[in-house]
Amino acid sequence: MSTIVRLPNQQDATLPKLSYLNNGYGLKSWLLTGDHKRIAILYLISITLFFFVGGAFAGLIRLELLTPMPDLVSSDTYNKLFTMHGIIMVFLFLVPSVPATVGNFVLPIMVGARDLAFPKVNLLSWYLYVVAGIFVVGALIFGGADMGWTFTTPLSTHYLNTHVITVALGVFVAGFSSIFTGLNFIVTTHRMRAPGMTWFRLPLFVWSHYAASLLMVLGTPVLAITLVLVALERLFGIGVFDPTKGGDPLLFQHLFWFYSHPAVYIMILPGMGVISEVISTFSRKRVFGYTAVAFSSVAIAVFGFFVWAHHMFIMGVSNYSALVFSLLTMLVAVPSAIKIFNWAATLYKGSITFETPMLYAFGFMGLFTIGGLTGVFLGSLGMDIHLTETYFIVAHFHFVMVGGMLMAYLAGVHFWWPKMTGRMYPESLSRLAAVTTFIGFILTFFPQFVLGYLGMPRRYHAYPPEFQVLNVLSTAGATVLGIGYLMPMIYMTWSLKYGAIAGSNPWQATGLEWQIQSPPPTENFLEIPIVDYEAYDYEWLANKTQHEVTTVG
Amino acid sequence: MSHPTLEDVHVGHHIVGPKIYLTILLILLCLTALTTGIAFVDLGIFSPIVAIGIAVIKATLVILFFMHVKYSSRLVKLTVASGFFTFLVLITMTLSDYISRAWGLW
Amino acid sequence: MDSQTIAVRQQEEIAHHEHDHPAYLRHHFETVEQQKEAASFGMWLFLLTEIMFFGGLFMAYLLYRNWYHDAFVSASNTIGIGLGTTNTAVLIVSSFTMAMGVYCAEKRNRRGLLVSLALTLVLGLVFLGIKSVEYHEKYVEHHIPGAGFSIEDFVHPHDKRDIPLSPDVAQHAQIFFFLYFAMTGMHALHMIIGVSILLVLIYRARQGAYTTGHTSTIDNFGLYWHFVDIVWIFLFPLLYLISRHPLH
Repeated sequence: MSTIVRLPNQQDATLPKLSYLNNGYGLKSWLLTGDHKRIAILYLISITLFFFVGGAFAGLIRLELLTPMPDLVSSDTYNKLFTMHGIIMVFLFLVPSVPATVGNFVLPIMVGARDLAFPKVNLLSWYLYVVAGIFVVGALIFGGADMGWTFTTPLSTHYLNTHVITVALGVFVAGFSSIFTGLNFIVTTHRMRAPGMTWFRLPLFVWSHYAASLLMVLGTPVLAITLVLVALERLFGIGVFDPTKGGDPLLFQHLFWFYSHPAVYIMILPGMGVISEVISTFSRKRVFGYTAVAFSSVAIAVFGFFVWAHHMFIMGVSNYSALVFSLLTMLVAVPSAIKIFNWAATLYKGSITFETPMLYAFGFMGLFTIGGLTGVFLGSLGMDIHLTETYFIVAHFHFVMVGGMLMAYLAGVHFWWPKMTGRMYPESLSRLAAVTTFIGFILTFFPQFVLGYLGMPRRYHAYPPEFQVLNVLSTAGATVLGIGYLMPMIYMTWSLKYGAIAGSNPWQATGLEWQIQSPPPTENFLEIPIVDYEAYDYEWLANKTQHEVTTVG
Repeated sequence: MSHPTLEDVHVGHHIVGPKIYLTILLILLCLTALTTGIAFVDLGIFSPIVAIGIAVIKATLVILFFMHVKYSSRLVKLTVASGFFTFLVLITMTLSDYISRAWGLW
Repeated sequence: MDSQTIAVRQQEEIAHHEHDHPAYLRHHFETVEQQKEAASFGMWLFLLTEIMFFGGLFMAYLLYRNWYHDAFVSASNTIGIGLGTTNTAVLIVSSFTMAMGVYCAEKRNRRGLLVSLALTLVLGLVFLGIKSVEYHEKYVEHHIPGAGFSIEDFVHPHDKRDIPLSPDVAQHAQIFFFLYFAMTGMHALHMIIGVSILLVLIYRARQGAYTTGHTSTIDNFGLYWHFVDIVWIFLFPLLYLISRHPLH
C-alpha cells in the first residue's frame, strides 16, 4: 500500500458504543473522575489554554522588538512580559505537556494496566495544576511579576514590589502537581506491568517517562523549598540571600538551578519518548538499539543532576567549580546524542512515510540537534563568557524547547489523537501546519543565534539599530509560527465532529494501546493481556492483523 | 467457597516483633544521651563529625528497623539509597563551589 | 449480535461476578499484595521528596554555619539543651509506639493499636508543647530575627570571660535563628500534619478499619512518622549541639 494509514470502511463505520468518553455524563463525572484518560483530556484543555496565554506574551515581546526603540511598552512592563512568558511556558506548559496529557492517557495502557497506581492522586495533580494556573493568572491580573522566570536574588527578594510571592506560590503548587504525576508513573511502571511485560519489552515512551519522573520526584522539592525561602526573605527580610546581612545570593542560584537544570530534562525526555514511538511506527521498523535508547534516558536523568552550575558560570562560582561543571556538561550531551544516532539508524532502510507526526519528528531531529549542539558550545567556559545572557542563549533554549519539545508534543498529540478521540484529523491541513511551524520556527529563532553572537543582550527591550533587520526577521517568523500553532486548534476541533473514524489501529503501530478500541473503554482492557512479544515487533503485528476480524460500530 | 479469597493467601512478609523494637528504642535513647554528653567534650575538628556520625547511626536504625527497610524488597532499599544519594549530590557539589572560592568568607 | 454488544455484555459480567475479593481492593489492582506494595512504594517516593525538600534547608544551614561559625556556636549555646534533649527522647519514644502500632495492626489487635496510636499522638503533642515553650523562650529573649532582634546574649564561644561578640559578627546570629525557626518550624508543620492524620486514624481504628488485615494505611503513616523523627534526629545535633564544650 502507498500509505501506512489504514482506516476502516468509512461508509458504515461508527464509533464504539461504549468508551471512556460516554461512560457517565455530566460535569461531576469529569471533575471527580479517577479515569486517567479523562484526566488526560482535562489536562489537554487546560494546558492548551495556558499555552496560548504564554504565546500571547511571546507575541507582545516580538512586537516590541520590531523596533530598536522601547516604544511599545515601558521597561517594567517589558520585564513582566518576558517573566510571565517564561513562567507560563516552563511551569504551566512544557513541564506537564507530554506527561500529563499523552503520558497520562497512554502510559497505563502501554504497560497493560487498568489505570495508574493512584487515580485519586492523579486527579489531585490536575487540581493542583489548575490552582497554580489561577495563582499565576491572578498575579497577572493584579499587575504581574518582573523578575524573570529565574527569580534571581537579590532582585526578586529586595528590589521589586511586584507580585513575586503570588507567582512563587503558583510555581510551588505546580511543582507538587508535577511531583505527584511523576510519583504515579514510577509506581505504575514498577508495579503494574501486565504479565510478560518485562522492563525491556516496554515501549521506549515508558522508559522516557520513567526517567523524567525520577527527575520530577527528586528535583522539584528543591525548587519548592527555594521558593519558600524567597517568600520568607521578601516577607521578613532575614538575610538568607542578602549580602548586606551576610547572606549569599548565589546560594539561591545553586538551589534554584539544582532543580531547573533537571527541569529541562523533565521537559525534553517525554518528548524523546514520543519521537521513539513515532519514528518507529512511520519507518515500520523497530527502534535501533533499544537498550541504548532505554539506558540513555536514565543516563540523561542521572547526569542531569550533576551539571546545574553551568547556568552560573559568570555569577561568581569559583573557577575550579566552573571547570568541573563544564566537564560534566560535556558528558551529559552524550546520551542525548546517542538517541539521535539511534533514531537515524532506525530510519535507515526503513519504510518511511510522511504522516504528520513523522513530519514533526523530522523537525524535532533537526532542530533538537542544532539546539543541543549549541548547548555544548555554551557548556564550554570560554564561549559561555561571551554568549551568556545574550540572544544566543535565548535561541539555544528555544531550539531545544520549541523546536524540540513543542514539536514532539504536537507529534504526540497528532499520533495519539485517533486513539483518544476515535477520529482522524484532516491530513493535508495537518501537514501544512507542520511545515508552517517548521518554517516559522527557523525564521523566528535562527536569527537570534546571530543576534546573540553579535552581542545583543537578552531581556532588553531596546537594542542598537544595526540589530533591527534580524529582529524584524524574527518577528516575522513568530507570526508564521503563531499561524502554525493556531491551525491545529481549528482542525483538531473540527475533527471531533467531522473527522474520519479512526478504528483501533489507523497507523498500524505496535503497542498495547493500538490493540484496543478507539476511544478506549474506561477499564482499558476487557482482560489484562499477557505479553509474549518484544516491543516494536512488526512481524507479530502483521501476523495478528492477518488473522483478526475487525468491525467498528 | 470455590477458590480461596485473597485474605487466605499467605502474604509471606516478615512481621517485626516488639523485642526488636524495644532494643532499638533503648539503643536510640542511649545514643541520644551520648550525643548530648559528648557535645560538652572538646573534640576540636571531630565534634561535628562525631555528632553527625551518631545521628547517621540513629537514622539508620530507625530506617532499617522501625521502617522495616531491612526486611523490605531490593526496590525499597534502592529507593532509600537513591534519595540520600541525590541529597548528597546537592550538598557536595554545591559545597565544591564554596570551598574553592577565594571570596565570601566575610 | 455485533462485536460491540458482546463486549458490553462481557463487561457487565466481569463487573458483577468478581466481588469475592476484599472491599478495600481497588479495581485497577489485580491482587491485594500488588495494592499494598504499590501504596508502600508510593509512600517511600513521597518521603524522597521530603528528603530533598528539607535538603535545601540543610544546604543553607551548612553553608552559613561554615561561614559564621562563631556566631552559630554562640547562638546555639543560648538554646536550652534540656528541653531539646527531652524533645528528642519524646520523639524517639513516639517512633517506638508508632512501630508498636504497626505490629498491633498486623496482629489484628485493635485495642493494642488504639493504645499505640493514642500514645503516639500524646507524645507528638508533648513534642509540640515543648517546642512552643522553646519558641516562647526565644521570643522573650529577643532572639527572633527581625526588628526586635537583640545581640546582647551572644558571647565569644572560646573565651570564658563572657566577652560579647562584636556587633557585625553577632548580627550573623540572626541567620542562625532564621534557620533555626525555618527548619524547626517546617519540622513542626510536618508534626502538626502528622498529629492531625493520627486523630483521623484513631477514629477509624476504633471502628476496626485497620485490624482486618488491611494494614497498609497504618504502615504508610508509620513511615511518614518515622521520617519526621529522622529529620529531628539530624536537626537536634545541628542546631542544639554545635559546640557546648566548657570554656577553657
